[in-house]
Amino acid sequence: MKSSKVIHALYTDDDVLMGAVKKLRAAKHAIEEVYTPFPVHGLDKAMGLAPTRIAITSFLYGCVGLTVAILMMNFIMIQDWPQDIGGKPSFSYLENMPAFVPIMFEMTVFFAAHLMVITFYLRSRMWPFKNAENPDPRTTDDHFLVAVSVGDNEKELKKLLTETGAVEMHLVEQEASH
Amino acid sequence: MYIFTNRLKLIALSLVFLGALGWGYSYVNSKKSLEEIKVMLAEEDSHHGEAVIATEHSSDNHAESTDHASMDSHSAEHGTEDAHADEHAEHVMHQTHNRPYAALYVAAFFFMMISLGTLAFYAVQYAAQAGWSVVLHRVMEAITAYLLPGSLIVLAIALYAGDHLFIWMDPEVVAHDALIQGKTSWLNKTGFLIRGLIFIGGWSAYRYLSRRYSIAQDSADDAKNFKRNFRLSAGFLVFYLYTESMMSWDWIMSVDPHWFSTLFGWYVFASMFVSGITVIALLTLYLKTKGHLELVNDSHLHDLAKFMFGISIFWTYLWFSQFMLIWYSNIPEEVTYFVTRLADYKLPFLGMVALNFLFPMLLLMNSDYKRVPWFIVMTGIVILFGHYIDVFNMIMPATVGDRWGIGLPEISAVLLFLGLFLFIVQLALSKAPLLAKGNPFVKESEYYHY
Repeated sequence: MKSSKVIHALYTDDDVLMGAVKKLRAAKHAIEEVYTPFPVHGLDKAMGLAPTRIAITSFLYGCVGLTVAILMMNFIMIQDWPQDIGGKPSFSYLENMPAFVPIMFEMTVFFAAHLMVITFYLRSRMWPFKNAENPDPRTTDDHFLVAVSVGDNEKELKKLLTETGAVEMHLVEQEASH
Repeated sequence: MYIFTNRLKLIALSLVFLGALGWGYSYVNSKKSLEEIKVMLAEEDSHHGEAVIATEHSSDNHAESTDHASMDSHSAEHGTEDAHADEHAEHVMHQTHNRPYAALYVAAFFFMMISLGTLAFYAVQYAAQAGWSVVLHRVMEAITAYLLPGSLIVLAIALYAGDHLFIWMDPEVVAHDALIQGKTSWLNKTGFLIRGLIFIGGWSAYRYLSRRYSIAQDSADDAKNFKRNFRLSAGFLVFYLYTESMMSWDWIMSVDPHWFSTLFGWYVFASMFVSGITVIALLTLYLKTKGHLELVNDSHLHDLAKFMFGISIFWTYLWFSQFMLIWYSNIPEEVTYFVTRLADYKLPFLGMVALNFLFPMLLLMNSDYKRVPWFIVMTGIVILFGHYIDVFNMIMPATVGDRWGIGLPEISAVLLFLGLFLFIVQLALSKAPLLAKGNPFVKESEYYHY
């Protein structure tokens, strides 16, 4: 395992943070992570993160939910114990479809929503009993923290960070985990 | 400033002319006598051969939907096959006579509905003090210019056509129909006219005042006109939601005077809202390709497309809510409405769900596609066609029964009102600057970024 040096720079305003992130990227510094107390609109674009693929997973989970609903109701209402639905004893899934549409819709939404949230947590490396990776508890209140990796130009980086409006800076040795 | 060129005027007016010509021809052509209808039916029978039984069967079907009273009283006395055939021929004759009126009415209502839906959307922008949409205000104001002439035409057609569209306007039918007799306090010609004039008067008064304040705000130093518009729009929305609902009972639901649905007003509202928003998007894109509306950016289009997507889903929700409850409970007097549609109108009835729901849902689901102009145009055209079919499905089964078609009367009626719509909308566009520059939110709209 190789260890690397990181500077944790703290900011107190989201607009200042956005400006700082843009300047750091323009100066070709590698931003490891940004910790904010609330979602900052446009930060993902400023950091150059790849667009999220969660919408695609959501669509696929929705398809799974729809399939599960159809198979489940076909088994329960048509095959296992045929039901006379609304005085129309046709015992056919297709002819009784209007009655099943609300459940098909609900199951689609249920699967899409829950599996999407679980996917999001796992992808963000969050699971039960996991310790928080937060370097500074103030980022859950009113501070914004940018972790910038340090090459061989520590002084220059510190100068740039001060210019961008950082209120505090800490040099941290961290084990490279990813 | 937008200039309404002579070339565009010519196009719009020739659409009106072509439409009027085609409709006039089909109107004259529809005046068939009973003898001619009998010959026509005999020809149809010889074409179909064994299908005779099927036709006879379906005649029972539309007895329910159209001339109930007269048919019911007749059907009691018919015994012989001949009497039945005569009756059927007379019934078909009425339906043939009704078709041009119904075609004209559907097209007139469709374009009026676009304008009314846009007016509601415009009022929502003011009442919500929305910032993003200010650069689109003049486009909306131009579309709503069609409302006054358009709605007066709808009312005039309804009253002129009379029992060709609304069988409760025929005293002979009412005399034999206990159900309609019970509704005469609402369903009578005088009340119909007075209510119609109140609806149109209220909508047009709002449209007139709102447009005036909007123009006055362009050169004003304070936000007085904007504030007036805000209060006026909030009031109008209350008036609109009541009158739109009642309008849908009067102008549409009463073509089937026995049938009723409590969410019908909402259903028609969803249809007009999505059609109106779609036309705003299409007109905006057209003006942009002509080099106007330079402040409209991707994000404005994105928002319009989101509305097209969302309200399409909302329309489906209401369509399905109405359908499923009636289908499930299966009460004869209610379910006959959908039985007629599924028996004689299967393609337009189910095709409309594909056009109005599946198509916009699959095409506009992806966020990036909502900013691609040709995607919006393609989906928009499908949505407009789908909602024309929606109005078609609401009017036609009760007036022409299984004698429907999309032919000369329907297409020329659409061309006629399309021409009139384009003419009035472009005339209104050319009368004021395309940017409502005095609106306090104009800067927010200019820098709007999603």
